[in-house]
Parts: sequence; structure tokens; C-alpha cells
Amino acid sequence: MYPQELLYTKEHEWIRVDESIGTIGITDHAQKELGDIVFVELPKAGDHVAANESFGTVESVKAVSEIYSPVTGEVTAINAKVQSSPEILNTDPHGDAWLIRVRLTDRREIESLMTADDYEAYIQEKKSE
Amino acid sequence: MLLSTPAEVGLKRTALHAVHKAAGARLVEFGGWEMPVEYAGITQEHLAVRTRAGLFDVSHMGEIEVRGREALALLQYVTSNDVARLKDFQAQYTALMYLQGSAVDDCLVHRLAENHYLLCVNAANTDKDFDWIVRHNTFDAQVRNVSSEYSQLALQGPKSEEILAKVSKADLPRLRYYWFCRATCCGVEGLLARTGYTGEDGFEFYFPPSESERVWNAMLEAGKPEGLMPVGLGARNTLRLEAAYPLYGHELDEQTTLLEANLSWICKLQKGEFLGRDILLKQHQEGTKKKLVGFEMTERGIGRDGYNVLIDGKVVGKVTSGSPAPFLGKNIGLAYVPTEFAQVGREIQIDIRGKAVTARLVNLPFYKRPK
Repeated sequence: MYPQELLYTKEHEWIRVDESIGTIGITDHAQKELGDIVFVELPKAGDHVAANESFGTVESVKAVSEIYSPVTGEVTAINAKVQSSPEILNTDPHGDAWLIRVRLTDRREIESLMTADDYEAYIQEKKSE
Repeated sequence: MLLSTPAEVGLKRTALHAVHKAAGARLVEFGGWEMPVEYAGITQEHLAVRTRAGLFDVSHMGEIEVRGREALALLQYVTSNDVARLKDFQAQYTALMYLQGSAVDDCLVHRLAENHYLLCVNAANTDKDFDWIVRHNTFDAQVRNVSSEYSQLALQGPKSEEILAKVSKADLPRLRYYWFCRATCCGVEGLLARTGYTGEDGFEFYFPPSESERVWNAMLEAGKPEGLMPVGLGARNTLRLEAAYPLYGHELDEQTTLLEANLSWICKLQKGEFLGRDILLKQHQEGTKKKLVGFEMTERGIGRDGYNVLIDGKVVGKVTSGSPAPFLGKNIGLAYVPTEFAQVGREIQIDIRGKAVTARLVNLPFYKRPK
């Protein structure tokens, strides 16, 4: 169900790593929990992000949620489409609605992230809590 | 991101709780109750009410009965509006008052007879309101908290009369806004009022809780061809915000007078003595220090409840209610600012989590339904 080529965080972000560039977004579980997404606040290209620190927010009608970066690095691109049409986060969170691209400072940071299977097990566990 | 789930321990539930759960509603805590915040989604539900119709379970609201020879006198004393103007089967929006000119709660008063009234009050304030009325009952009147005797559903939207006509023989075209009647809907007897909190045409039906599932299901079935959908508290809030209706705990509280809250129209200062009248008279003559205003964001960002309002770089007030407006396609809100700044067109800034984002004061209401 969750794309195998992505890695996942406990805070419901995903990252796809191609060489030294990481593409980051939020998971399907996250968009379901948020409801209708109406606003996204992202950093600018050139900004610095740090692993486990907030780099922006995703907002639904009722709530504001911080988004945490799985990795440290420099923002190389942000997704203009998701900024102008935040609702695509509800329909294509793992593809079209990627949030930012980052040049990784330290590739080893991704070793502690979850695989698709681990993430699925993780959210099942959370549901039964 | 951090996703939180509501605590479920000790919350009250309406008779329709199982139905909401089965419908896949997201349930949240509200005023001590576990209520559906959304079913299909806030945006969809909001738009359904504006263009077709929506059905709300508002059984968490409280009902208080006031009866007796001096029922009218008691209500005149504890509320701001003129209860004596009501005819049988007429309702009015009003506030239960504190001595300092602020509201204990805002509510509806329905007159069943000269010595018999039914109040509909906010869920979170039901006990407080009941105690307050009882405390001031030095009159020949009896006050009862009858909340457990009623379920309440709201059917709201341009198609609501069309839908209701299929399940009720009540003379709906003759039931005017803010009037009510005894009626049978979906085979159940109750009180049917042409009232609501959405800014659309609509009805609120008060009836015995044992019949809740029957009425809910029959209403949804009847409204299928018109596109009726269940609507939760999330859209209830965005709908009332577009209509600029106050919400107790936000635009109204113990420290805010009715005149500051733009509610002079429910303050009938000439009706005679009532709690808080002295303060309101003074403010009516001298003006108020702060005023409720409406704003819309002019830069990217959503100014939400509790965010600071800045004018010329200085904090002058707070947002009382702020949110995206799904029908208007803007981000809007209500706030209190010092009266000297309360001009339509004035540019203000909202402190959105550390960043000052521009907004503009606009006329209220944000939305008015087409005639």
C-alpha cells in the first residue's frame, strides 16, 4: 500500500532519496488525519533544514500541523503546485504533492528511517493503542 | 508532523453517537460532549449547506423550560431582548446577562404561551445557565433543565423546505423565520422552528431522544434526491463564521459587553430593568472602548483563533474566530480592536506564529444568503 521506494518517519513524513537529493512529503495516513488541506507553508530554495526539526506547516480547515524534516541539508526546490493547490495533498500525497527537495548533508541519516512495511506496521500499532 | 487524537473518557454522547460512528464521522470533544466534527469533509459539508442542504445533530445543545405566572417577568429580568414582544410560537435571539453587561450565554427564547417558555442554550453552558436563572428566580415561576428530554436536529440550506415537505405535513410556507410550531416530522411529534446558525434558510426540530435514529435516517433518506448530507461541527463553525454569528467563548464571554460585540440589536434598553442594563446604558451613551470587527487576509496565511492583531506594529487585540471560509474562498476572521481603529478598509496585521501577515477590515456579515 505504501510505496516501497520511499522511507518513512514516525511523524508521518516520507523521503525518496536519489543520489544526494531527497524529495520529502507527508504520508497518506497524515493527509487522512488532517482532513481537507487548505494551506501549506514551505521554506525557500536555499534555506537550511535540519533532521527532526520543523521546516514548515500543513494546515487543514481546523488545525495547523508542523512538518519535520527527516534529513539535514539545503533546500534545492519547493513544489509550487502544492503551494497554490494544497488540496492535492489529499489526493496524491506520495507523488504530485511532494513538498521540498533537499541536498543531503549526511546520507547516513536515512539509515534510521522506516521502510514501507515498517511504517505500515507502525501505523497499525498506533491505531490499536 | 504531530497528529493528536481526542480523549474519550467521561464525555457525554447524543442518542445518535452509534449512527455517527457507523457513518465514519471523525469525533471530537466539544463542550463536554463527543461530537462529529466532520463526515465526508468540512469543505464538502459546508458547500452542501450553501447550495443544497445539510443535516446536523445538535442534540448536545441544552433546553431550559420556564413556566408560571411570572415566567415573563423572570425572563425579562435575566435577558437583554424584549421577551414581551413575543407572540405564541414566536422565538427571539437574546443573551442571558451578567450585571457587568456581558453575557452568561447567548440563546434562543421560544414562547409557547404567556406563562410558558423554552430556551435553547449552548451545550457548554447548560448547567451554568440553569443555575443562573434559578439563582435570580425571585418570581412566581418554575425553572427546569429539560435537556435530557430533547434531541435536536438542524436541517439547513436552500433545499431544506423542499426536503422537509416530504416528511412533514406542517404548513412550511407559512412558517416564517423565527417562528415555530408543533409538528410531526418523520412520524415523530416535536417542535419545529424556522431558526438556524448557518445563515441559510432552515429548520430546527426538537423531539424525544428515543426517536433520534428514526428521524435522522428518515430525513437523510428523504433528502437523498436533493443531495442532503450529514454535516458536523467543523462546517457548523465555518458556516456561522461566514454569517458572522458569534460563538460563546470566542466573541462572547464574561468580560465582553453586548455593545462591544455588535449586539445592540438584542439589547432593548427601554423594556425596563434587566441585569446589566446600567452598564449597557452607559456604553450606549458614551461609546465602547473596543469593538468587534471582521477581517479578511490579504496576504497568504490563515489568521486563527487567539492570534494577535497588530496595528502600526503594536498588538491591539486578538482574533476571536479565524478560519478559511469554504464558500467565499477567502481566509476570514473576527477580532476585537480598540474602537478608534474599527474602520472598514483599515489595514491590519495578524501575528501568524511569529510572522506579521496583512489583512483588511471588512463589512459584516461576510456572507448573506441571496434573497
